[in-house]
Order: sequence, then C-alpha cells, then structure tokens
Amino acid sequence: MLAAVPFLASMKPSARAQALGAPVELDVSKLEPGAMIKAEWRGKPVWALRRTPEMLERLAGHDAELRDPASQQAQQPPFARNEYRSVRPEILVVIGVCTHLGCSPLPRLEPGGAELGADWPGGFYCPCHGSKFDLAGRVYRGVPAPLNLLVPPYRFLGESVILIGSDSGTA
Amino acid sequence: MGIGEVSAWDWLGARLHGLRVWVDARFPMTKLFREHASEYYAPKNFNFWYYFGALALVVLIVQIVSGIFLTMNYKPSADEAFASVEYIMRDVEWGWLIRYIHSTGASAFFVVVYLHMFRGLLYGSYRKPRELIWIFGMLIYLSLMAEAFFGYLLPWGQMSYWGATVIVSLFGAIPYVGEGLAEWVRGDFYISDITLNRFFALHVIALPLALVFLVIAHIMALHEVGSNNPDGIEIKDQKGDDGIHPADGIPFHPYYTVKDTVGFIVFAIIFSAIVFFAPEMGGYFLERANFEPADPLKTPEHIAPVWYFTPFYAVLRTVPDKTFGVILMGLAVILLFFLPWLDRSPVRSIRYKGWMAKTAIGSFAVSFIALGWLGMQPATGVYTNLARFFTVIYFLFFLAMPYYTRWDRTRPLPQRVTWHG
Repeated sequence: MLAAVPFLASMKPSARAQALGAPVELDVSKLEPGAMIKAEWRGKPVWALRRTPEMLERLAGHDAELRDPASQQAQQPPFARNEYRSVRPEILVVIGVCTHLGCSPLPRLEPGGAELGADWPGGFYCPCHGSKFDLAGRVYRGVPAPLNLLVPPYRFLGESVILIGSDSGTA
Repeated sequence: MGIGEVSAWDWLGARLHGLRVWVDARFPMTKLFREHASEYYAPKNFNFWYYFGALALVVLIVQIVSGIFLTMNYKPSADEAFASVEYIMRDVEWGWLIRYIHSTGASAFFVVVYLHMFRGLLYGSYRKPRELIWIFGMLIYLSLMAEAFFGYLLPWGQMSYWGATVIVSLFGAIPYVGEGLAEWVRGDFYISDITLNRFFALHVIALPLALVFLVIAHIMALHEVGSNNPDGIEIKDQKGDDGIHPADGIPFHPYYTVKDTVGFIVFAIIFSAIVFFAPEMGGYFLERANFEPADPLKTPEHIAPVWYFTPFYAVLRTVPDKTFGVILMGLAVILLFFLPWLDRSPVRSIRYKGWMAKTAIGSFAVSFIALGWLGMQPATGVYTNLARFFTVIYFLFFLAMPYYTRWDRTRPLPQRVTWHG
C-alpha cells in the first residue's frame, strides 16, 4: 500500500503547474460600458464586464427565478457578497466557467431574443447543457448548474488595473 | 508428380511433426489449440448475432496495430499534438489511412460491442453459470469507454478539449473530495499539456494491457462453461453417440472459424467503405469541431460526445442537479453488471419468454437508441422532456426485471436446439 504513494502522488499538480497558477493583471481602462474582455488565469477564462446603469437596474426583479439570489453559497470572496457580486458595482469579474461541468458560457448580454425568450434580462447562457446566469453571474433555477459563477479573488491595483488571483498583499 | 517429390513432402511433414512434438514437450501448443478450437464444442445453432464476439477481437487487433504505427508519428504535447495529427494526415506516407483505420476502428469497436452485448440480452447469455463471463465483458466495456475517452483527447481539437473538460468535471460532483480528485486526474487546474501527456500514457499502455488481460479472462471463462445459444438451453445436457460430446455441439474449428471468416469479410468490406469514402461519417465518427485546435478560452457552440457515449450523456442531462445527474449516469452503466441476478425468468432466451419480457427488451432497445439521438441534440425543452421519458424506460427495464420476468408466461423449452426464429 505504502509503495503506491509515490506513484499516486506523482499524478498531483507538479511544482511547475502550481507556479504557473500565479496571479495575472488585467487592464480595464479601455473597456467600454456594456463590453466584456477576457483574461486567462490558471487556464480558465476570467471575464471583466463593464455593466451599464441599465444592466445594473435589470439585476433586480428576477430574484424568484434564481437559485441563490443573495449569494449565500461560498462562490465569491467576502468582498463580493453583495447585490452586484463585485467590488465596484459596474465591473463584474467572474470566472467564465459553468459550475455544472466546466464549459464556458456564452455572453447573451442583450435582453430578450429568440433563443432565451422575451423575458430574458440579459446574462450568460451555457451551450453545453443549457444553464443560465444573469448579469451578476447568478444561476437560474431549473438548469443543471448548481451554483453561481465563481468570483475569483481579485483586487484593483490603482484606478483601472485588476489583479486576478490575489486579494491581499502586494503583487 | 514423381516418387522423389512425394518423399520430399514426406520428409518436410516428418520434420514439422518432429518440431510439433518438440514444442509440445515444452509448451502446451497442441493442447491449447484442441481445448480452444478444434475440440471446443460450440452449439450448432449459432445465428447472425454470434458474429460480433469474434469481430470485437478482430477490431481490438486492428486498433492495437494501427495504434502502434500512429504512436510513431504522434506527439503527446499541447503545443505539438494537433499539428502532429495533421502531419500524419498530410506528410506521412499512408498516414491518412492508418489514422482513418484507427478512428473508424474506435466507432466500429462500439458498434460490434453493443451488438455483442445485445445478443447477450436477447438470449440470456449472462444467466447462471455465465455470470463471470458477463462481468468480465462489462469490465471490458468499461475499459473500452475509458480507452475511447482518453484517446479522444489526443488529437487536441476543440471537441477533444471540451469533452475532456466536461467528463473530468464529473469527478467534481463527488462531495468533499471531488475537486481534489478532478485536480489529481488532470494533474493541473485545467486540462493542460500535463493532462494530455498522462492520457496518452493511459491510452497506449495502461488500458490496452487491461483490455487484453480482460479479453483473455472473458474467453477463458466462456470456454470453461461453454457457449450459450439462441435457444438458451444447455447443450451439455444431451450427449451425442460417443457419450462425451454434446449432441448439438460442433468443433469451433473448422466450423466456426469458417463461419467467422465469412463474417469478417463482410465486416471488412463495410469497414473499408467507411475508411475510404466516409471516414468522418457525417460528423458522427470525427466531429467537425475537432478540426479546430483546442482553445481553453472558447467553448464550441454545441458540445456533444461521440455517438457511442450519447445515451449516457442524455441521461446525465435529464437531471437539473449536478451530483444526482452524475449518480444517475453511473447507475445507467453499473446496473448492467447486475443483470444475471435481476433476471428471474425460468428460461434464458427471448424465444421462450413471454410478452412482458419481449416488450421490455424492445422498449429498452428503443429507449437506448432514442437517448443516443437525444444526447446529440441541444438540451432544451422538448428534448429534455423526451430524454426524461426514455430515461425512465431505460431504468424500468432493469428495476422491474425481477418482477416481470417472474410474472411472465414462458413457453416450454425444447430438448434439442432448433433452427428457426
């Protein structure tokens, strides 16, 4: 039994794989209202969306359709456990990976549309198994994804640069 | 022909006989051949359904041989994998043929294995005393699924990448240890070069070895108890004139080696037609999204596994709860292991079972195919509800089996095997 340990442990993420998981910087100064950019952190897409005031307004009003409208589950650092799930209301930072089986949902930011119905308030739609999230990454009821989109640890370095992967100390 | 030539043949014959005696004194060559071929008595009423066991063995050999030659030019690294497959397709002499043989062989493997398994269902081949044959067979099927899954990552296309992402995340559904387990399987925080490298190792060494050993165990168990047949009666119960061999048994060699050769030729014609004229099979054998290199930041618009996994994928998607969905999909496979104990019918073969068992197996086959089709469709409204309907039928086939097989009115069994449907 003991002899199996080195072989099984050799399959864990190596020292190099762990080092490559270090924090990354993302500049959002040129991000227009309503636009979204992606960064890559630990091989996963991290989205930064600059929400317009209308988008922020549309976040209210569909709480009954959400699984976890008040972010009770541990899917965000404490600083993002608010109605916008972000540090600054207008800038949403989430990991763009569906909490069902790890696909990357597609932005469907505009309300309505043929695909998701007239009462769609804008959000994200996962093409793999049909999970839906709103513009704060909150998951809808009746879809396979169990949890809201994960908010990574992050903090602002100055006015418009986000450090993804760390929310304390120096970069 | 002169007298001198005859004695030359005699001389050669005597030498070969001498060689055989020499080997037999050191290795049970003739003994093995007799036990497993020339004196293995198989029922004489094998029909069309009995081609697929031998064909599965043929496909295994085809996959091993074509795989060895692919390995000579393939590079298991994230930077080079996709390009090395293109290199095999374009620059390696006959590389396109070897690769299409291997990719078509993967689907052919599942075609013959599914038909082989369905034969077992039809004729009750899993029933006592053949439970272990069935269990070894199920382990072969599980290994084959793992082998196919690991192999599908290797071309490092979009579908390779995102398919692997989805399947490895299934481990994440296990409470508490799930995330750590998924990380251990990947060897990284996401599907990366590290994951590709280990999947390559498992695909070319670990699972082929496991498959070969399991196939040997499957055949040894079969030859220990003897083959079932379409009537589901024991041919050992009725001895022939010599009082030793079954009256309805014929030696596997030459009778079934000849029959299986015919089956092989027909199979080879169909197989070649696909390899040469439709290797992608309209996107079913090689999916279109896989002609694009893997991109970890962009999920393809529509993700579907290769056709042979879609029935289980459809089951997974019916449940709007991650953990329960994974459990249900696992059960859909695991339940098959228990067939020998779920079936309580006094007869083995569908030929002598009543309307309940016939309806059950018919609706099971329909639901399996329907789930396979639904697994390729988007997971929206009508499709999801249809998948739920067929999932219920799929599970009822197993869970209600102890009851309907007992209540069913069966027909009397014949003493000897028959020749008609």
